[in-house]
Amino acid sequence: MTDSGGDETRGARPDPRHGNLLSGPQPDVAGAAGYPDSPPRMGFFTDTSVCIGCKACEVACKEWNAVPEDGLVLTGMSYDNTGGLGADTWRHVAFIEQRKPLGRQEPGVSHDDADVFAAARTLGTCASSPGPGATAPAAGTAPAGAPAGEISPVHPDGRAELRWLMASDVCKHCTHAACLDVCPTGSLFRTEFGTVVVQEDICNGCGYCVPACPYGVIDQRRDDGRVWKCTLCYDRLGVGMEPACAKACPTDSIQFGPLEELRERAAGRVARLHEAGVPDARLYGADPGDGVGGDGAFFLLLDEPEVYGLPPDPVVTTRDLPDMWRHAALAAASLAALAVSSFVGFGRRRP
Amino acid sequence: MAECHPVGFQWVMEAKARGAKLVHVDPRFTRTSALADLHVPLRAGTDIAFLGGIINHVLTHEKYFRDYVVAYTNAPVILGEDFRDTEDLDGVFSGLDLDHRRYDNSSWQYEGMEVQAASGERDQEYDERTGGGGSVTEAARGEAHGSGGAALGEGEPERDETLTHPRCVLQVLKRHYARYTPETVEQICGVPRDVFRQVCELVTENSGRDRTTAFAYAVGWTQHTVGVQYIRAAAILQSLLGNIGRPGGGILALRGHASIQGSTDIPTLFNLLPGYIPMPHAHQNQDLDAFVAAEAARKGYWGNMRSYLVSLLKAYWGEAATADNDFCFDYLPRLTGSHSTYETTMAQLDGVCKGYFLLGENPAVGNADSKLMRLGMANLDWLVVRDFSLIESATWWQDGPEIETGELRTEDIRTEVFFLPAAAHTEKDGSFTNTQRLLQWHHQAVEPPGDCRSDLWFAFHLGRILREKLAGSTDPMDQPLLDLTWDYPTGGEHAEPEAEAVLAEINGHDAKGSPLASYEQLADDGSTSCGCWIYCGVYADGVNQAARRKPGREQDWVANEWAWAWPANRRILYNRASADPDGKPWSERKALVWWDEEQAKWVGHDIPDFAGTKSPHHRPPPGATAAEALSGTDPFIMQADGKAWLYVPSGLTDGPLPTHYEPQDSPFPNLLYRQQRNPVRQLLPPHPDNRYQPSGTEPGSEVFPYVATTYRLTEHHTAGGMSRWLPYLAELQPEFFCEVSPELAAERGLAHTGWATIVSARGVVEARVLVTDRMTPLTVRGRRLHQVGLPYHWGPNGYSTGDAANELLHLSLDPNTHIQEAKAFAVDIRPGRRPRGPAAVELVRAYRDRAGIDEHTGTEP
Repeated sequence: MTDSGGDETRGARPDPRHGNLLSGPQPDVAGAAGYPDSPPRMGFFTDTSVCIGCKACEVACKEWNAVPEDGLVLTGMSYDNTGGLGADTWRHVAFIEQRKPLGRQEPGVSHDDADVFAAARTLGTCASSPGPGATAPAAGTAPAGAPAGEISPVHPDGRAELRWLMASDVCKHCTHAACLDVCPTGSLFRTEFGTVVVQEDICNGCGYCVPACPYGVIDQRRDDGRVWKCTLCYDRLGVGMEPACAKACPTDSIQFGPLEELRERAAGRVARLHEAGVPDARLYGADPGDGVGGDGAFFLLLDEPEVYGLPPDPVVTTRDLPDMWRHAALAAASLAALAVSSFVGFGRRRP
Repeated sequence: MAECHPVGFQWVMEAKARGAKLVHVDPRFTRTSALADLHVPLRAGTDIAFLGGIINHVLTHEKYFRDYVVAYTNAPVILGEDFRDTEDLDGVFSGLDLDHRRYDNSSWQYEGMEVQAASGERDQEYDERTGGGGSVTEAARGEAHGSGGAALGEGEPERDETLTHPRCVLQVLKRHYARYTPETVEQICGVPRDVFRQVCELVTENSGRDRTTAFAYAVGWTQHTVGVQYIRAAAILQSLLGNIGRPGGGILALRGHASIQGSTDIPTLFNLLPGYIPMPHAHQNQDLDAFVAAEAARKGYWGNMRSYLVSLLKAYWGEAATADNDFCFDYLPRLTGSHSTYETTMAQLDGVCKGYFLLGENPAVGNADSKLMRLGMANLDWLVVRDFSLIESATWWQDGPEIETGELRTEDIRTEVFFLPAAAHTEKDGSFTNTQRLLQWHHQAVEPPGDCRSDLWFAFHLGRILREKLAGSTDPMDQPLLDLTWDYPTGGEHAEPEAEAVLAEINGHDAKGSPLASYEQLADDGSTSCGCWIYCGVYADGVNQAARRKPGREQDWVANEWAWAWPANRRILYNRASADPDGKPWSERKALVWWDEEQAKWVGHDIPDFAGTKSPHHRPPPGATAAEALSGTDPFIMQADGKAWLYVPSGLTDGPLPTHYEPQDSPFPNLLYRQQRNPVRQLLPPHPDNRYQPSGTEPGSEVFPYVATTYRLTEHHTAGGMSRWLPYLAELQPEFFCEVSPELAAERGLAHTGWATIVSARGVVEARVLVTDRMTPLTVRGRRLHQVGLPYHWGPNGYSTGDAANELLHLSLDPNTHIQEAKAFAVDIRPGRRPRGPAAVELVRAYRDRAGIDEHTGTEP
C-alpha cells in the first residue's frame, strides 16, 4: 500500500451513531468505520450492456496490481478462459451464449436441427470424441463430402435468436462486508473511500473471510495461504487516479465514481434500455436495502444474476451475528441459572 | 471491429448511443455481432455478390443521391464503344489476354479520351504515355500492359447529365449489376432475402442529404483474389449514396497493426516510394522527365508529382542531388517485376534471393502457406530477425514442423540466422499513423532492456557502418549509399538517433532550411526538400504537430488540435463533397465545410480539402494542368478528373467494375458466370507445397467440402509475437482452437473441447474444438454449408502454443496488391489429433491423391 491516508484510523472502533453496522442501509459507510471527514464513497458501476468482452480490465488489473498469471486452461466456456474471481483474478469477464434476442437485434442464424446442450451433455462420453492421445483415422477412411441433400432454406421468420452476454465481475465492496467483520487480524479494513481492502503484510492466512463472503470473491493463494482480492486500486485512488480496469475499459462499461452519482446514472440507463425494448435490463447490487446493504461495485445485467454466476439474493453472513450472540448469551444465562439453581437445591437438602 | 479494434470500437458504441444503427456482416458471430443491431452471417468470399446486390437495389429503386452523383462522380461520363462487360462475355471484360493472363485496358476508356490512373498500376500504360519506342517496350516486358492502346486523351470526356445515354457509366453499372438480385444474393451468399432487404433498407434510409452511412472493413475484405474489387464495390455504393467526403460517411480501412497506415504512407512496400509515388520500373533510358511524363496525371494534384518527387530526392541525397544530375533520379532502385513478399519467397526457393531481414514479422506463422515460407528461409545465406521474442521465424531451423516431419535436417541448413532483440514502442520515441491518417506521437517511457534497440537505431547504425566500410569507394554502385544524407543527431548511452529529426526531414524544409507548412509549397527545381509530401506540415513552424494532445472537451467536435492528420491536417478527405455544387452544405445536420461568399473562401468545421479560395463557380481555362485544371465542383482532387469513379477506366489490373468470382478454392461453382475465378488472379509458379484444389463441380472438390476462414481474437496479436509470450494475454486464449456449429460437430463427430484435424491440399493442423451457436450453417444453392473458423495466432513457440492456421493456405493472390486469399478457402475437418512426423505429410499427400490434385488443378484462368 502506498497510501497512508487511513493508517491512523484503521481498525478504529465503530461509531454507532452512523447507523447499523452489520446489515441494512448504511448511508455513511466510511463514517461508520470511524473516518470523521471522509470523501464520498467511491465505487464501480459495470454496465454489461456495453461490454465488448475485450478483457482489457482483466489485463490492466493484473498489470497494475502485479497479480500473477494463473494457468493456461481452455475451459470451453465460450471465450471465458478465466473461469471466475479468485486470489489471482480480481476482474473476470464472463461470456454467456444464449438463444435469446438482445433488444431489436436479429442475428439471423438458425440452429433448429441441433441441440448444443444435448451435445454438451455427451461431452467425453461419446465414442466419436476421442481423447487427447488419439490420432485422426487414416486418409482413406475420411468421410466423403458434405451432404448435398435437400435441406430446407432458412425460413424468413423462423430464425433462432442468439445473443452473447459479456460481463466484467469484480469484488462488490459490500456496505456490510462479512470478510472484514470476521477478520481477526485487522488485515481487512474499510478505507476512507468506503472500499474494502486486504493488507497483505498483516493477513495471517487464517481464511475465515473466505467462507464469509456471500459472493465467493475473496480467495487464498495456494502458495502462501494469504487472501487477495480487488482493492479498487486503493493506491491509485489515493493519488486521484481511477482504478486500472476502469481506465482501460474502451466502452465505459466499467464506470468509476462517487457511488451516489453512479446509482443515479445507472437508474437512468436502465430506464433508457427499457424504452429501447430491453425489458430484462436490471440493476444488481444497487439497492441499499438488500442483504449486504448494497454493493460498492454494482452492475447492470441483461438477465437473471444466476445466468452470470452471481447469487440472486446475497446476504451478509454476519447479519445474524447479534441474534446469535443474544441467543448464546441467553443460553449461557440459562445454563448459569440452572447451575445456580442446582446448587441452591443442593443446599436446601442440607440439614 | 470490437474483436480486433476494441479501442476504436468505443466510437461505434458512442454512435450507437446516439441512435446509429449497427450492421455486422461476417461469417461468424463475433464480439462485434454481440453489440450490433443486426448480424448477417454470409458465406466467406461472397461479399461482391452481397455488395453488388445492394448496388442493384440502390439503382433499381432509384435510391442514389442524384445531385451528388451527377456533380461529383463519373456516372454521366460516356464510355467508348469498344467496352464489353462481364454480362456480354460471360464473366470477363473486353481486353482479356488469356495467354498472358492479363487485361489490356484500352477498351475500358472514356469516349474520346483516356484517363490516367490516380494511383495503382499506372505503369500499365507506360508505352502510350512516353510515346512508345522499341527499347522501352523491350525493357518494360510484362509490366507494361496494354501496348498499342488508345492514344493520350485531350479535352473533356463526353457527358450525359441526364444519365440516360446507354453507354454512360450509370447505365453500364445498371446492366452490370442487374442480375445481383436478392434471390441471387440468397443463392450465392446464403443470406435470406428478407435479411438482405433489411440491410438494403437500413443503408439507403440512412443515406442522403440529412444522413450518412459509413463502412468499416479490415482484412476480411482485402485478403481475397478479388480483394481490391471488394473495396471498389463499397466505393461504388458509397459514391452512389453520397457518403464520401461527408461527416459520418466514408469507407474506413481498419488496419491490422498500430501503424500499418504509416507503413504504406512511408512504405514498406516494394512498389511505392513515400507518399504513394510509384517506384520506377526498369525501363531503358528513362530519366526523371520521362518518368514524370509516364506517371504524373495531367489533372489534379498528382499533376504536381515532379515537385513531390524532386523534393523527395533532395531529402534522400541533399547536396548531391542537383538539376544537372536529374536530382539523383538514377540512384533510385528499379523494379524488374513484382517483388512482393510471396515472390520473394519463390526467389529464395530458386536461390536468387540470398538474404532476408524480418523486422517485426513472423512469416513462419503469419504468412499464407507457412511451410513454403520456412522452406524459402532454409535456402538463404543469411537471415536477420528483429523481434521481441524468439519467434518461429527465428527458430524453424532447429524446431520447426519440417524438422519433425524429416523434410529438413538442421545439419543440412546453411542459413546463418541472426536474432536481434527489438525495443517496444514504450521504449522509443516515434509516431503511429492510424486509419484516420492521424499521426500520433508517442514518447519514450523507459530505456529498452538489455540488447533491445529500436528499429530506428538499427537502420541508422547499419547505414552508418556500411557507409564507413564503403568510404572512399569510387565504384558507381556505392555512390547512392555514400551520397545519402545520413546525419541524424544521436543521444543517450546507446547513441539513439533523434526520432524528431527524422520527422523534421519527412516534413521538409525550404532552401533556407525553414520547415515547410504545406505540400503546396513544394517546388520541382530542387529548392525544397521533403521526405513524404503528404506528411508535409507535420513539423510546421518547427513544432511536432503530431505530439499535440489538446483534449477533445476543449475543442469542437472535429478536434483539429489533437495530433495531426495528413494531408494538411484535414480530418475528412474530399470534404468539398460535403457541400453542394454551389458550395452550400447539403443539409445543416451534415454541414462540414462550405463556401463563404463574403470572405471568398472555403470555411467550416474541418480544414477544407480543396484549394482554399477556389470558388464553386470556378471553371479552369483551356489547357490548364494539374490542380489548376480542377473546377470548383471537382471535390476528388487526387483523381485525374476530380470525380469519384463508379467505373475505373484505368489503374486496376482486373477490371473496371467489381464482379463476383468464386474464391480460388471453393466448394461452389460461380452461379452468375461461366468464369469461375478472377481470370487474372496472381498464381505463383507451381510448387509441390502450394497446390490448389478442385472447385465447384470439378471432381475432387467434395474432398474439401467446408469453407474455412482465418481471423484474429481480441486477446492476441497477428502471428503472436506480441502476445503469445505474455502470460497475461496467453492465459486469456491459451490454445489454438477452431469454431464449428453444433450441426457440423454432429456431422463430423467433433466433441466440444476435444481435438479436430483440419486438412487442405497444402497442410494439416490440429485444433481444440469450440462448438458454438455463433457459427451458423448457411443454405447456399439449396445445400447446407458449414464454415470452420480458424484464429491464426498460434505457432509452436512461446508460452501459449498451437499449430498455425496459415499452414492450410495457398498462394493465389490479388493481382493488384499481391495479397493472399486467407479469408475464404476450402478444407476438410475430422475428429482427433493430427498424425505426427512423416505421417502428417503422408496424410496431406493422400488427400491430394483422393482429390486428384496435380500442378494444373485450379490454375485455369
